[in-house]
Amino acid sequence: MSVEDSLFGIHGKALALRSQRLELIASNIANASTPGYKARDIDFEKALSKASERQGTVAGALETAMGYRIPLQPSSDGNTVEMSTEQTLFAENAVKYRTTLSFLEGRLNTITRALKGE
Amino acid sequence: MSLDKPLNIFDISGRAMSAQLVRLNATASNLANAGSVSGSEGQAYRAIRPVFSTVVEKPGVATVKVDRVVSSDTPATKRHDPGHPLADANGDVWEAGVDSSAELVEMIESARQYQNNVQVLQTAKSLILDTIRLGK
Repeated sequence: MSVEDSLFGIHGKALALRSQRLELIASNIANASTPGYKARDIDFEKALSKASERQGTVAGALETAMGYRIPLQPSSDGNTVEMSTEQTLFAENAVKYRTTLSFLEGRLNTITRALKGE
Repeated sequence: MSLDKPLNIFDISGRAMSAQLVRLNATASNLANAGSVSGSEGQAYRAIRPVFSTVVEKPGVATVKVDRVVSSDTPATKRHDPGHPLADANGDVWEAGVDSSAELVEMIESARQYQNNVQVLQTAKSLILDTIRLGK
């Protein structure tokens, strides 16, 4: 177990995955009007459990948990980006990123207080 | 197409904004020329439209670029107007092949998608700033 793992527990990897997912959904939104573009996303739960395995890495977890989005209503140009879906997931992901951030903040505060011996 | 340096979220949304801006410019050109008239069918203005393509860096991380700009095949409309200074021997002029309502729809769509990308950038920026402030 690395130092950062023992300091931050699961939250370090969760933050890395959240940030990767943010990029993924940003890519989908960027390609909202590109003909033939297939939207992708990750199964976050699966990615996190993969990343927190003993030999797990964030990159490897992303690869195994990635998939294509199934559109609610296929469009005729082959593009599978649905703005409502992407925006909702983007917002959700952003909020959960903040949540992870505040867990990390809590851990840091605890450690700092322990070090200072207050 | 591959890139020389890794894409970050600012590149992804920034490039998408540039692409949408090209689309908005094309729409503006089309609308500006919508009423223009010329003396022959060949010279008549044709609506232009950018073609987008995906720039993939690695699976799932991709931005967009303008692949090329094509002329649409909306035909120019012939109008009989012998009094017009540009009229040909038959007294006909050709009006630009621009579908104004389609252009307006295009304009609204690209403006909305530009806004979406701005929103993504704002969110990403505030998250990154919060991360920088971590532990302070």
